[in-house]
Amino acid sequence: MSAESSKKELAVAALRNGTVIDHIPADVLFDVVRLLGIEDMATSVTIGNNLQSAILGRKGIIKVADVVFPEATLNRIALIAPSAKVNIIRDYEVVEKHHVTLPDELFGLVKCNNPKCISNNEPMRSHFTVVNRQPVTIRCHYCGHTQSH
Amino acid sequence: MATNSLVSIDDISKEEILRILSAAQYFEQNPDHKILDGRVVATLFFEPSTRTRLSFETAVNRLGGRVIGFSDPAVTSTSKGETLKDTIIMVSNYVDLIIMRHYLEGAARYATEVTDVPVINAGDGANQHPSQTLLDLYSIYKTQGTLDNLTITMVGDLKYGRTVHSLLMAMRYFNPTFRFVACNELQMPQEYIRFCDDNGIAYTVHSDFSEAVIDTSDIIYMTRVQRERFTDIMEYERVKDLYNLRNSMLANSRPNLRILHPLPRVNEIDRDVDDNPKAYYFQQAKNGLYARQALICRALGIEVPIVNK
Repeated sequence: MSAESSKKELAVAALRNGTVIDHIPADVLFDVVRLLGIEDMATSVTIGNNLQSAILGRKGIIKVADVVFPEATLNRIALIAPSAKVNIIRDYEVVEKHHVTLPDELFGLVKCNNPKCISNNEPMRSHFTVVNRQPVTIRCHYCGHTQSH
Repeated sequence: MATNSLVSIDDISKEEILRILSAAQYFEQNPDHKILDGRVVATLFFEPSTRTRLSFETAVNRLGGRVIGFSDPAVTSTSKGETLKDTIIMVSNYVDLIIMRHYLEGAARYATEVTDVPVINAGDGANQHPSQTLLDLYSIYKTQGTLDNLTITMVGDLKYGRTVHSLLMAMRYFNPTFRFVACNELQMPQEYIRFCDDNGIAYTVHSDFSEAVIDTSDIIYMTRVQRERFTDIMEYERVKDLYNLRNSMLANSRPNLRILHPLPRVNEIDRDVDDNPKAYYFQQAKNGLYARQALICRALGIEVPIVNK
């Protein structure tokens, strides 16, 4: 490998400032990308998938430069990727490291699986309350149906 | 959301239930108290339900209020594609209270989020119908003199019947003992069995509607077993008459026993029961008027005089 290509690889891999979301199960990586709205961002984004992981087998990783997501936004991914870890990077150093945690209430994130629920028939946001965390069970605020994830 | 809305029986405390029952008792004695003073109430029935609508509208009229509304959404803007939100906001401009029935579950809860006018849920699909529960509670209270320590036998379709589920949950404050009498296919769902366990409510499960069960009950709450609930028609044919009540079955029942049914009944209560003084289902429907008068006053924040017992 030439010195130049090694430099390029480093430029992609290392993040000066921003957020790294690691330990995302490979099969939901792009769901997480969509959920965080990364497709519409103008900053540098690195997405890796099917990387070796001792815990998950195959994992995904997302690095977003110069963006620190609000905690509430990051916690939205807990429903589909509860194993995800968030690292906040400042000046190449990890200054904060934490797991995502499922909030008590979820707004507009999940569709109710009851076809007769008002939330599936009106232009409105869904609203769920978390009734159990392991396994994740949520109850629709409107029709009262529960569903597991 | 207006704080006096009533969407689900779970929204109200034991104290509020007792206050509503006391108010219902007042209106039974004073059904024409013009306490609403010309206030305007909307009855929005996005799904036809003649019985419930007439009961609510009579309640408003007897209280001296005025009613606007519709009983057939085909004649409203809903049929032109108007959202529920827009309909509720529009109607809110005109009225002091909205009483609504809708074929979609959760519709009333959503309505409370888009208006400051109080909303009473008069049934949202298979979900909630709290005024029915309150009239059931009032009927039990009136016939037994108390809600405490009663043995209540629920019979028929315990799986899909929303009235039995709501009644079960509302009774949790009053130390009841339940008997669940149904075929396996229509037994009380696990969710409600768990609710009983979690709340320390005593219950027994029966597939046999026996005299042993009848003779130790204070209330028998009958429901209709519907053919369309069965995946196996042979099973329906086998069980359809097992949960029918006949007058002869009441021979050794307790003197205070009363038979309730949310109506309409088909043949789960034989006509020969109607003349038995323990048959209470028609008076039960009448109690709906008083319970709804009480609910309307609660929603509008109107104090109802206390009845001296």
